[in-house]
Amino acid sequence: MTDAAHSGSPPRSSILTPDARTRKRNAAEARFKYYGLTAVCLGLLALVVLLVSIAINGAGAFRQTYITLDVPLSAEVLDPEGNRNPADIARVISFGYDALIEDAMEAKMAEAGISIDGLDAGDAADIVSSEASAQVRYFVLANPEEVGTVREFDLLANGRIDAFFKGRVTMASAERDSNVSPEQLRLAEALKEDGALVQRFNWNFITNPDASDQRPEAAGLGVAILGSAYMMLIVLVLALPIGVAASIYLEEFAPKNRFTDIIEVNISNLAAVPSIVFGILGLAIFINWAGLPQSAPIVGGLVLTLMTLPTIIISTRASLKSVPPSIRAAALGVGASKMQSVFHHVLPLAAPGILTGTIIGLAQALGETAPLLLIGMVAFVREFPDAPPDGFFDPASALPVQIYNWTQRADPAFVERASGAIIVLLVFLAIMNTLAIVLRRRFERRW
Amino acid sequence: MNDMRLIERDSTMKDTKISARGVQVWYGDTHAIKDVSVEIADKTVTAFIGPSGCGKSTFLRCLNRMNDTIDVARVEGDIRIDGEDIYDRKVDPVQLRAKVGMVFQKPNPFPKSIYDNVAYGPKIHGLAKDRADLDGIVERALRRAALWEEVKDRLSAAGTGLSGGQQQRLCIARAVATEPEVLLMDEPCSALDPIATGQVEELIDELKENYSVVIVTHSMQQAARVSQKTAFFHLGDLVEYGETGQIFTNPQDRRTESYITGRIG
Repeated sequence: MTDAAHSGSPPRSSILTPDARTRKRNAAEARFKYYGLTAVCLGLLALVVLLVSIAINGAGAFRQTYITLDVPLSAEVLDPEGNRNPADIARVISFGYDALIEDAMEAKMAEAGISIDGLDAGDAADIVSSEASAQVRYFVLANPEEVGTVREFDLLANGRIDAFFKGRVTMASAERDSNVSPEQLRLAEALKEDGALVQRFNWNFITNPDASDQRPEAAGLGVAILGSAYMMLIVLVLALPIGVAASIYLEEFAPKNRFTDIIEVNISNLAAVPSIVFGILGLAIFINWAGLPQSAPIVGGLVLTLMTLPTIIISTRASLKSVPPSIRAAALGVGASKMQSVFHHVLPLAAPGILTGTIIGLAQALGETAPLLLIGMVAFVREFPDAPPDGFFDPASALPVQIYNWTQRADPAFVERASGAIIVLLVFLAIMNTLAIVLRRRFERRW
Repeated sequence: MNDMRLIERDSTMKDTKISARGVQVWYGDTHAIKDVSVEIADKTVTAFIGPSGCGKSTFLRCLNRMNDTIDVARVEGDIRIDGEDIYDRKVDPVQLRAKVGMVFQKPNPFPKSIYDNVAYGPKIHGLAKDRADLDGIVERALRRAALWEEVKDRLSAAGTGLSGGQQQRLCIARAVATEPEVLLMDEPCSALDPIATGQVEELIDELKENYSVVIVTHSMQQAARVSQKTAFFHLGDLVEYGETGQIFTNPQDRRTESYITGRIG
């Protein structure tokens, strides 16, 4: 129906009673508002469910069960020569320390008056993680003068014992589990009552390197966090100057012709290229052709730089465009050169936008997994990389890859750790995004 | 409009500062300026009037080569300042713009302090030996723009925080701080209220003691008030150019007459 349909004298109507048309329009508007509200609510609900499930699954990774034992650092076992020579002490591998921990556990049980039927000394000592002997050995190697004394250690409990206190393992499931017996669980309960077994905040989850399939309790994110940090450093150092320089040239200096049009279209296309393609590119160019090492943060950083560049260029150009042309005219009018007008006036005004874009780009790169799989960062790395710049060439892991890695493993304890790692990753992302918002608020100028 | 006063004005004795011959400007395929020749005298206010889109601003922007910044603009012809061709291959437009200052239609102070706004030009041209020297230049420029008394206690405040009229005077101070020889003003009062306009016009009158001022304006009253010579542009042509008094009281061309009496434009 058009207005023309009402030609002739329109019927006189009161504005106090809405006519049919108005009611229909108002109803449509109200419906549309509810559609929008529903969409927002669905999105929020999905977000809340996601965050809550991650938090519930991952919170456990930040608490770990420890057993306090007095370990006799017996000289006969650790230093048979008796000369306290560090080289001789180092010859005793961690296997040799198992007996000491067995002794310590026996002593502890005797002291606390715990006796469990059908539990031999070896099984009793197995409620301590196999990582514990390494833990004691590192202490002895660092402090050889302590050999011959008895020291108190907080040793990691076995993953199954930890899982028992987190509710994943029960007496009933232990009956069918070859890795843990109900007797061991009873011992753990007795030790908890005694106060020798405690659950506390697990800094090792943040600082330790990854651990093998058999000892989820010792696995940590140290190498992954360091690797991700190195890569972000490389991305920042490379992508920011290159991206900003390219945008300034394209936006302020480049002539507008077919050639620059092609460049522009391709930069936009580049932003839409699937990240795994960048991984293949990195594998072909940086590793196969340039001969850079596999699994190294330098290669990961270069690949992520390529991936981040279009994001930075697009956001930088947008913020350069948003600087009013009158500022450029003013600068040129007082006799500033093109470059002076850009660097003295336009760039400072565009800086908040550029910073925001860069941080968003970095956050994107931080969460990127696919290209890193292809350049070998999925490897099992227990050695911490050196300090930069040498460390850029050492093997390392990355946070998202570590998450991917842990979800592949059989022990449910790794699922918990993967969720914990997701929490760590999300915290980093939240910090970066907050920083972006704060910077934008702080430096945004109005004119 | 005081016609008696207009007729008494005389600028024929002044030297020629800018001489333009056969200037043509194209924006892409649009012929914006058609064969304009004009002589602009030193220490005089010259007004360009005409209806919107007649090319007066375009012609103004030729005088300090601001049209260079527009990709599609093409300028032909001969424009000389003190006998030197400004479109010569050897001329650096940056150096030219230091000599030919410009004030824009909309006040456009840098989003920096008042002091930095004025000091920027002298700084990049190396006009000040030291800080004290620069302070002196800033004060002189602000005094010349009749702004000093209002802002002397808050030189570090943001230039964008001033009122519209103050901002425009700040832009004038910024333009005169670089000691130009010619000052181009592109409708400097179009965004100002009558009081601020009056202040800026007074200022223009004082500035002509030192500079050759070229002002583009939509207001015929303003042209009559401030200028000694007036050029009337219409559809890219320079229709008539002469003493302001003569243009307004006794125009030679029908189109000029129609415009100033309000029949076209």
